[in-house]
Amino acid sequence: MAEIFTISLIWSTIRLTTPLILAALGGMFSERSGVINIALEGMMLAGAFTAAAVTYAVGSPFVGLLAGMGAGMVIAGIHAIACIRYRADQVVTGTAINILMIGVPGFLSGAFFLSSGSTPQIPKEQLIPRTPIMIAFALVPIAWYVLYKTPFGLRLRSVGENPEAADAAGVPVARMRYAGVLLSGILAGIGGAYLSIGQSSLFTRNMTSGRGFIALAALIFGKWRPVQTMLACLLFGLTEAVTIQMQGVVKLPSGEDIPVQFIHMVPYLLTIIVLAGFIGSSRPPKALGIPYQKER
Amino acid sequence: MSLLRELLFPLIAVVAAFIVGGILILVIGDNPLQAYGLLFGSALSWPVGIGYTLFYATPLIFTGLAVLVAFRCGLLNIGAEGQLYIGAFATAWVGITLANLSPWLLIPLCFIAAILGGGVWGAIPGVLKARFGSHEVINTIMLNFIAVALLSYFTQYHYKTPGDPIMQTVPIGEGAHIARLGRFIPGLPEFIPLNLAFVLALICCGLVYLFLWRTKWGYELRATGTNPSAAEYGGISVRKQIIVAMTISGALAGMVGINEVLGYRYRYYDGFSDNYGFTGIAVALLGRNHPVGVIISALLFAILQRGSIPVDAFTEHVTKDIVQVLQGTIILFVAAEAFFRGPFAKFGLLNRSKV
Repeated sequence: MAEIFTISLIWSTIRLTTPLILAALGGMFSERSGVINIALEGMMLAGAFTAAAVTYAVGSPFVGLLAGMGAGMVIAGIHAIACIRYRADQVVTGTAINILMIGVPGFLSGAFFLSSGSTPQIPKEQLIPRTPIMIAFALVPIAWYVLYKTPFGLRLRSVGENPEAADAAGVPVARMRYAGVLLSGILAGIGGAYLSIGQSSLFTRNMTSGRGFIALAALIFGKWRPVQTMLACLLFGLTEAVTIQMQGVVKLPSGEDIPVQFIHMVPYLLTIIVLAGFIGSSRPPKALGIPYQKER
Repeated sequence: MSLLRELLFPLIAVVAAFIVGGILILVIGDNPLQAYGLLFGSALSWPVGIGYTLFYATPLIFTGLAVLVAFRCGLLNIGAEGQLYIGAFATAWVGITLANLSPWLLIPLCFIAAILGGGVWGAIPGVLKARFGSHEVINTIMLNFIAVALLSYFTQYHYKTPGDPIMQTVPIGEGAHIARLGRFIPGLPEFIPLNLAFVLALICCGLVYLFLWRTKWGYELRATGTNPSAAEYGGISVRKQIIVAMTISGALAGMVGINEVLGYRYRYYDGFSDNYGFTGIAVALLGRNHPVGVIISALLFAILQRGSIPVDAFTEHVTKDIVQVLQGTIILFVAAEAFFRGPFAKFGLLNRSKV
């Protein structure tokens, strides 16, 4: 058992946690403002594809990263306009974006790269394996500070808890929510970019493979708070890292591999348990999911 | 007027999505008219195109109905994906374990397994919501992933033919096979997997309609969806309705397994679902959460799915990803209906229909 708890496990945990933290903190800004964001997966895919495609075309990963952030923001903008301006159902819109973003990268890579859903390889020296990690972990205290110590954070939380009162106090509800959702797109975009031009060297079809949903799980498990959310991400990142390290190394007494499927379930099971109130209560923002209409 | 409105917005959403898709096709350098011509032409050609289109529509009718029933109770079931996997595995499990039973017994048992499997998996988020108030959307998302992991475990470690590189179970007994429609319809070749499950799906549409609009139980379920506090005040147990709706919803999703396992592959194939559960949301929404609407929109999405294959093959750049692009756009437009209401109201088209 000892051979799997090594420095490489810690390093691997950090790498696997990074995209989760970025997406989960993004989700936090959106949900704290009152807009459900199950579209994190789609926003990450947008970021991952755009970052890889632009890096390949331009040759600079930093331009690629910026483009990934931009793509996440554009997708978030669609979500925001549908949910805030047109008061669409936020879960349905999120689902639509996730479906759309399964298709769009494949559609575009078919056209630009004549491939079936992936971008060409990016040379090793044009990758950024470290920067997004630093961004992710630096963002945790920043997000905490912004959310709890700035007027912006107070307003953001107030429109997520009680938009009527916030509106009466002069807080521009719609504008705050736009800010929350757009921030989520930018951060999820960085998370996605890290997957394609940080961890690997190209975009592949559906490469997020559910990380947007694990980030959502971490957000709920972390009770919509930045530090707890980071800890939840670390826990989920660790379970994934252990799974990878265990493969082929640790065996059951019968000589078979330990079924990784049960470890994969951990984040999802924990979320259901914490949401049901078995481990402390996890209470969502009060106005989460409810479109706000100004009284006339 | 109200019927017109019911038809108008879905129609506009579809047309708008096709225009957006057409612009995208134009941008990447292909001819949208040629692409759409290929898409519809092949999907609606007799007999192969139509046969496959109806085959693809079958799971979508089931998942569309599943989403519809939950929605009518005020719940959003985005867990049809997990429920249909559990249903499919349950039916395959019965078909494998009791393979030697007479078809007269085995097929009904397999049906029950699919219904029960999906029903139980749907009931879990229902109970969690009724008992702990936790949101069904999050729980169904989580249960989707748990179902996938669980079934991949059972397939890999317990039900696979040893040495088979493909993640699939051993075949079910021949007694569990249900007939393909090609056997009854002259001109429809039997290699097309369209099977009796399609007929079952249509029957389910009728049953769901009768249940929701012609029975007391359906009335209570809908009353809960329209106004839970009024329903509670009127003596309806909202908690019970939530569990009932989610169970029925899951059971309908589970019936996808009948089409997939008993009528098509004759085994459980890991990860077989092509997002049927999520497309079900689109089907129900576009179909205005009505069984007839579900049939129509399931057919539309099936046409897209079938028609995308020749589009992928015979256009220069367009890939079959055009399906998801159109689907996603359609849902977005349907969800943000107010987007179209504005311009229409401006021209006075909707002024008198304030119901």
